[in-house]
Amino acid sequence: MALSKRQRAQTFRIAQYGLLVVIVVVLALIADWGEIQRAFFRLDIAAGMFPNAITTALKNTIVYTALGFVFGLVVGLVLALMKLSPVPPYRWIATIYIEFFRGIPALLVFIAISFGVPLAFQIQFDIYSTVMLALGIVGAAYMAETIRAGIQAVPKGQIEAARSLGMSQGRTTLTVVIPQAFRIILPPLTNELIMLTKDSSLIYIIGLAREQYELTKFGRETLSRSVSLTPILVIGLCYLIITLPLGHLSRHLEKRTGGKKIDTPESTGV
Amino acid sequence: MTAEIAVEITGLKKSFGPLDVLKGIDLTVRSGDVVCIIGPSGSGKSTMLRCVNLLEEPNAGKIVVNGVELTDPEVDVDAARRTIGMVFQGFNLFSHLSVLNNLTVAQRKVLRRSEEESQRVALHNLERVGLSDKVNAMPAQLSGGQQQRVAIARALSMNPSVMLFDEPTSALDPELVGDVLGVMRQLADEGMTMLVVTHEMQFAREVADRVLFMDGGYVVEEGPAEQVIGAPTHERTKSFLARVLNPNHLD
Repeated sequence: MALSKRQRAQTFRIAQYGLLVVIVVVLALIADWGEIQRAFFRLDIAAGMFPNAITTALKNTIVYTALGFVFGLVVGLVLALMKLSPVPPYRWIATIYIEFFRGIPALLVFIAISFGVPLAFQIQFDIYSTVMLALGIVGAAYMAETIRAGIQAVPKGQIEAARSLGMSQGRTTLTVVIPQAFRIILPPLTNELIMLTKDSSLIYIIGLAREQYELTKFGRETLSRSVSLTPILVIGLCYLIITLPLGHLSRHLEKRTGGKKIDTPESTGV
Repeated sequence: MTAEIAVEITGLKKSFGPLDVLKGIDLTVRSGDVVCIIGPSGSGKSTMLRCVNLLEEPNAGKIVVNGVELTDPEVDVDAARRTIGMVFQGFNLFSHLSVLNNLTVAQRKVLRRSEEESQRVALHNLERVGLSDKVNAMPAQLSGGQQQRVAIARALSMNPSVMLFDEPTSALDPELVGDVLGVMRQLADEGMTMLVVTHEMQFAREVADRVLFMDGGYVVEEGPAEQVIGAPTHERTKSFLARVLNPNHLD
């Protein structure tokens, strides 16, 4: 019996759904649910993690991330302006910085800031300065490229209008270009904030006191005192409390700005 | 004919790379004059206009506006631009600012006017272009014609002595052109010195004191509107006007 093209496509789709159902059923049957529950869903252990998971760990993760993000944003903006500068050495410095810090693991930067810089310069950073510097230095490398792309995406006519009203170049950049650039890059900046949220866990390397724990360190500490992986699940969910709304916000902003695509080096593969 | 000279251009040349766009332009505009510049695309008319406030840097020649030589390397370009208003084909309203802030931002940041004074000036100029009710609108909420009138009000808020119009109605839907031309006509009547690059022959004919026909980087023909548009003497002017005034005509 010859099937029409449409009937063949329909049969194929039904077969795919069928396969999916079979895989799920088989997995459900071979899984040891009691063991899984003991490994991941021990409500007593989960309950024991609160309220500290929120009041200490989640709070610290947010504070560390915010410090790093703000510092990184400022440095990133300076780097972006340097990269667009007509003065070649500025461009070289910015390019070297961006390529270097984007190319090495963030953990190395945390180690350098926590141990190397204090040794070399005889200064001791507190935890807030350390996380701000380390996270900010790494974040700046990523954000600089995003901000540069945003600045270049501001229509040339906006700059000409500002200049023809008598604004100097600096005044134009401050009053017209940067505000508009940030509107354009809000969605990608939100993604970088999500990335920094996760990278803030690297601060564990300096050794934290109990009240300084952020989510990952807090989870590992709880894990070492329990026979279940439940803490990992709880911590994962806590991260999602931060990152899911941010991701949602990013998509919302993208829709509002008309999904205007800007070419960052990542997206064009340059 | 003793009115003072607002704009004086002598021997203006401009090239983009190997392309010579302006090959020697001379033009004198007296205070209060309305000069319309017509010509085919690529003739250099927009480039010439953009040289008058140094949005394009001339390669050679001299430009004097209100007694200030803009082509002097030591000149304060930003200060000179304050007295020259510019209206663009694409409106170029600041998209992140409301209509009111579009009109006040340069007054406050450049002229250092107070908040109250800049708002007073802004509201007065919005009234002149008939858009008092759009004070708090964002540019994206306005039609093209309204945006262009706001752009005119923005330029006027700096109290310029010369206004440059670079094809101000070319990006507009046909039914919105009239409002913008109406505002420009009113400005001309009030005695504003205007340089207008345009394809609106009717407007040029009725409002311009003088019309320039440009082609290939030169001013080919120049004179009173009636003469240049009504009875052109040069062959190129004739064929251009024939095509513009009668688009269905076949050569």
